[in-house]
Amino acid sequence: MEIQRKVKYEEELDRTFSEVIKTMSGDNELDHCIQCGTCSSSCPMSVYMDYPPRKIIALVKNGFKDEALRSFTIWLCPSCYTCQVRCPAKIKITDVMYALKRLAIQEKVYPSRFSIPVLDREMSKMIAKNGRNSELWVVLKLYLKSRKPLGLLKMAPMGLKLMKTGRMSLKKESIKDKKQLRTLLKALKEEA
Amino acid sequence: MSGYVYYPGCSLKGNAKHYEESILPVFKEIDLPLEELEDWNCCGATAYFSVDDRMAAAICGRNLSLAEKMQKDIIAPCAGCFLTLKKSNKFLAGGSEKARKILGALDKAGCSYGGKVDVKHPLQVLVQEDILERIKARVTRPLAGLKVACYYGCQLVRPFTDFDDPDYPMTLDRLMAAIGAEPVDYSAKTRCCGGSLTGTIEEVGLRLNYILLKEAKKKGADVIATICPLCQFNLEILQDKMVKKYKDDITIPILYFSQLLGLGLGLSKNTLGFSRSIIDLKPMWGKIENGGRR
Repeated sequence: MEIQRKVKYEEELDRTFSEVIKTMSGDNELDHCIQCGTCSSSCPMSVYMDYPPRKIIALVKNGFKDEALRSFTIWLCPSCYTCQVRCPAKIKITDVMYALKRLAIQEKVYPSRFSIPVLDREMSKMIAKNGRNSELWVVLKLYLKSRKPLGLLKMAPMGLKLMKTGRMSLKKESIKDKKQLRTLLKALKEEA
Repeated sequence: MSGYVYYPGCSLKGNAKHYEESILPVFKEIDLPLEELEDWNCCGATAYFSVDDRMAAAICGRNLSLAEKMQKDIIAPCAGCFLTLKKSNKFLAGGSEKARKILGALDKAGCSYGGKVDVKHPLQVLVQEDILERIKARVTRPLAGLKVACYYGCQLVRPFTDFDDPDYPMTLDRLMAAIGAEPVDYSAKTRCCGGSLTGTIEEVGLRLNYILLKEAKKKGADVIATICPLCQFNLEILQDKMVKKYKDDITIPILYFSQLLGLGLGLSKNTLGFSRSIIDLKPMWGKIENGGRR
């Protein structure tokens, strides 16, 4: 058995972390968290999370960057905003979750084949390129990139139901003025 | 802005065709014909905000700019599009440095945005007092006997709701009552369906949606009325799997509220996209007096 220390000492924490997340999320109330747990008890996903939302806020507030960024919690958040509207301290919890997702992607510490960040990235790439998202093609990319081609077979009955009711399209959707979209995204990069 | 322009988003052109097939005729029927926003782009949904929030707000800005040029407010039937466009609109109007830079990029790309457009959900428009009265006056096929669970989901009422309650909204219940249907007291009406989790972690999607369906059945609903394509899809597509997994017959039709509304307004049953239902609608037709015929 390997003995592992379960707590972190102060020098191992990232004291700038909460400020970074506040800037990224646009939340200014994080420091006012009273750890009441309204968020965790409101969250429909908390039963599946490694750290419920209340703990995520505590981790962010106290500089536990690794723990927060590597958690499954941030990817399980479906952004239903229940925690955010109920928080008595008015913390923008859902926006904090978004900021954590973005930082995890930037710093490449998300689980790389985990389907949720893969979906987010593939969909964003498709939108940046074509201006629109094509449901079927996003799903195909999702299963290829998360390397679960067998999952695609499991999806076949679902696809069949959609096909029968005329709800599946093979067409790759696109806007007409892709040039404008490219100019916009380029201008945005230059402004950064 | 005077009048509305219709922003379909990807779903209403994809698996949610029957939402478009019912919402457009309904708006036409009540003298608010909608035209589609020319060359709209995807709102980016929750995905883009998880990857790059500046790009996410910028692509929403392009849509807002297109509507502004037409001098119209946006109607977005998909709750995801509604929230994303509304959130970006609020952010761009906020005056932060980040927002100013995004507006600058929109300028450079020839889609300047002056912040004049409002984003609305069709439900919000339909329950305005004068319009609700118009609807009541034009009901020709009251859905008497039909028990409806009104499911609002999350992103319509949170966090930016300015027309209903974030926990226990009632506008859709009132609308369904206006066409003669009987809304049931559906306590799960704003509990999240899991969004894209059904496609990414099925185990989680199954459980979340099972809870929603079970509650509707418990309250005696004949049908669930939805206002969002992702909710509609999630609640409907995995029902057979749930029946097997939880050994519980939670089978129930999941329709768009606009399909039921169109029916109440006397529009032809054949043109409202009912044939796109994956769940058998026969038991439901049996509940409506005279089978939904005029």
